[in-house]
Amino acid sequence: MQLTIKYFGMLAEATTITEEEIHTDVCSVAQLVEKLKNQYPKLSDKDFKIAINQELVDQNHMITTETEVALLPPFAGG
Amino acid sequence: MNSYNRYHRQIILPEIGTYGQEKLTTSKVLVIGAGGLGCPVLQYLTAAGIGTLGIIDFDVVETSNLHRQVLYGNSSLGMNKALAAKNRLEDLNPEITINAYPEKLTTKNALSLFSEYDIIVDGSDNFSTRYLVNDAAVIANKPLVYGAIFKFEGQVSVFNCQNGPTYRCLFPEPPKAGSIPSCAEIGVLGVLPGIIGSMQANEVLKIILDLGNVLSGKLLMYDCLTIQSSTFAIPRVESEVSKVLASAKNFATIDYDLFCGIAQMKEISAKNAFLKKDVQFIDVREPHEEPKIESLAPIYIPLGKLEQQIQNIDKEKEIIVFCQSGVRSKKALEILRENGFENISHIKGGAIALSKYQILKEA
Repeated sequence: MQLTIKYFGMLAEATTITEEEIHTDVCSVAQLVEKLKNQYPKLSDKDFKIAINQELVDQNHMITTETEVALLPPFAGG
Repeated sequence: MNSYNRYHRQIILPEIGTYGQEKLTTSKVLVIGAGGLGCPVLQYLTAAGIGTLGIIDFDVVETSNLHRQVLYGNSSLGMNKALAAKNRLEDLNPEITINAYPEKLTTKNALSLFSEYDIIVDGSDNFSTRYLVNDAAVIANKPLVYGAIFKFEGQVSVFNCQNGPTYRCLFPEPPKAGSIPSCAEIGVLGVLPGIIGSMQANEVLKIILDLGNVLSGKLLMYDCLTIQSSTFAIPRVESEVSKVLASAKNFATIDYDLFCGIAQMKEISAKNAFLKKDVQFIDVREPHEEPKIESLAPIYIPLGKLEQQIQNIDKEKEIIVFCQSGVRSKKALEILRENGFENISHIKGGAIALSKYQILKEA
């Protein structure tokens, strides 16, 4: 299946892209994160949350259909 | 009649009217931080006629603030931000009450302060304050209008409102200390906090006036380079909320810097102390205590006099504090931190460790 991955803030800096399409088998959020960290080692020391189709999900959530995946980092600046 | 004229353009909106204006007049809003986000929030809430506005900020206005902190000018340089903001805002609207708190928000003052207001606005610039603000808002049961920025991007949400999620439902744990740089380290486009702060002010007005859809349960992400915004649904996580509520009893003793991993970073070894350059060392021991560590050229301020003599210390410099064994210097760091010093650390093992290394070096 095809996933659209969106990177925000410092995650876009770590991957040098803001958005990409990837192909993957059915997997959990944790497995997808692992895969992305392998592809972009600079993501490994970053903290972020995952939203699937604009909804925050936890690590065990299964991704079964074509979806939009967003990686959301915390910001502190003010 | 004067008030009616002042607010005329919003009163004639049927969604607001004199009834809505009255709601604004009787509302009390506390803004944490009068910086990049706080300035536009305060400006619009003052202009809209929020009856009582609280401003808490311990920091002073610096030249590098002026490109985005639009309440200040050259004449405010060196002034405390809460007081400088109050000055400006009283001219903008003398009909409201503005309470300035020129101090740091801590676990000691947060709950009593929050209890005096209806809505809390987070315009802080660091994670330990953000977690402190969230937890105090949860305990005091006040809606929290959140905004945060990073370079060209911003986040907005409303937490703890209408039984919605809290900041910890989104980010239960702070990121690793030092992993996310601040505006001071990486820069920020001046207009961005203007946009995000204005969105926060808008949410405050919507909550008070019961208008539209409040951004509760949603995180808005905004990118000012692409002009794209996306919202993400955040579920409420009961276990996170109850953890915070359970901490209410001990709230005053929680160390949020420690929670955010900041306190651990502040210790350096005696050996490394001798390698430091362009550093101001402070010996916080009593005058009679030996051995003196002359080679570090410290200034001598006993711990008990630190607060009195704090104006003698250069805030721009890196500060390294030591005492005899490393206990009093930790307390000194707390005092410095409460007075707005950021680049501070202390020496593990104090003068005893330093003297051993000094002897080794000489031998």
